[in-house]
Amino acid sequence: MTMIKGYRRPDGKVGIRNHLLLMPTVVCANQVVNRIQQQIPNSVAIPHQHGCSQVGEDKERTHKVLVGMGKNPNVGAVLVVSLGCEVMNAEQIRDEIAETGKPVIWIDIQDEGGTINTIKKGTELAKGLLAQIEHIPYEDVPLSELIVGVKCGGSDATSGLCSNPALGRASDLIINQGGSIVMGETTEIIGAEHLLAEKAVNADVKKKLYDSIAQFEQEIERMGVDMRGGNPSPGNIEGGLSSIEEKSLGCISKAGSAPLQGVVDFASEIPGKGFYFMDSPGNDIECVSGMAAAGIQLVCFTTGRGTPTGNPIVPVIKISGNEIMAKRMADNIDIDTSTVLQGKESLQQAGERIFEEIVRVAAGQETKAEILGHQEFSISRIGISL
Amino acid sequence: MEVKEKSFGNGVSCIVMHSNDSVVTLLRSVKKGEVLTFAIEDSTCTLTVKEDVNFGHKLALKKIETGETILKYGESIGVATTTIEAGEHVHVHNLIGVRGRGDQ
Repeated sequence: MTMIKGYRRPDGKVGIRNHLLLMPTVVCANQVVNRIQQQIPNSVAIPHQHGCSQVGEDKERTHKVLVGMGKNPNVGAVLVVSLGCEVMNAEQIRDEIAETGKPVIWIDIQDEGGTINTIKKGTELAKGLLAQIEHIPYEDVPLSELIVGVKCGGSDATSGLCSNPALGRASDLIINQGGSIVMGETTEIIGAEHLLAEKAVNADVKKKLYDSIAQFEQEIERMGVDMRGGNPSPGNIEGGLSSIEEKSLGCISKAGSAPLQGVVDFASEIPGKGFYFMDSPGNDIECVSGMAAAGIQLVCFTTGRGTPTGNPIVPVIKISGNEIMAKRMADNIDIDTSTVLQGKESLQQAGERIFEEIVRVAAGQETKAEILGHQEFSISRIGISL
Repeated sequence: MEVKEKSFGNGVSCIVMHSNDSVVTLLRSVKKGEVLTFAIEDSTCTLTVKEDVNFGHKLALKKIETGETILKYGESIGVATTTIEAGEHVHVHNLIGVRGRGDQ
């Protein structure tokens, strides 16, 4: 049984990081949150563009993502900062995060009396929270506590030829150890969904998978657009991918060979062990942010064209099968699987290397994205701003 | 749809993912006139390159007719919009995806 290291939270979940999270409920609170973060270098802030002028499911999704980020077990404590008049219900956000038993404090800019007062108060409170979480034990825990997100972005032909299949071998190793794998990007199973559906454990799961895709394609029709303007991207096309079908066929191998246990809604908690699919956009930042909001502790991200992105609370391991890019962007790439294309290594061996990196990162080693401070975060919108 | 292990060898120029495929994917850039040697399952095949094509892009393994479904990984990746000769570049200029077409 492979062991990693982690922090056991009051609700029993295990995190592999111990972040103090500073969360604005609305864009108007970003500057205050950023200034508090500057006073406390060990904290992470998640400024975003939303939180007001939203209705219906779109409003609920923003709420769900914010709560999810706070609940993620990689987060030790949360400071919630609201403006006071926004659509987001800050008190409810605080209460839902507090259900995990972790320390959560909420302050409001209009109540405190403006920017400077809130920065001062927020900084004092955040220091107190930091002192609390610094004492949480960092223990040996089994790898079975891990839920790993698998993602591809900036794909080219090498993604389907080696980095995704190699990641798939690593996914199998995670599942063998009792861990879980979550794949997202509804966009990027179009053309390959029948292969994924074959793995579904029952008819309900199969139906939910097809329904997610149908819903997405209906939205494309409603917009009257040709998807190829946006996906595959210009970089994908330059890299050799000619259609979304070709891209998807190359994408799905990253989940490995495990049966599909279920299909979860965007940013929803994973209900069990094994391999799950999350209905989510292909957009790299929205998808990884949704995975973090669902409680995933680590993401493995393959890239052919090269993308540096990370996440504020979840370590993102970058994997590439494109030798030239992996060398040129060595600052950003953690694992190079192009050795497979050169015949120096088998897919299984590359997969084992990825698995070993997952174990190291889960035991505390920082990814290149973490070292460089890449903390990309964005909330997926499904409605108009009023 | 298994990505075959044994196909990736030292100095291999290109790869065919499945025995039913219409295309081969390049593991290095190639020049017009080159003759490529590669394996499909256990047989050795050759293909003459008809034009300069970049690493990661595809060449037609055989003649593809207009409207014919193009296969890679044993599955459809789109249809041909024109006749494509063996050894020619297969990409967005002569292959069209069929999914996500809200414009049609």
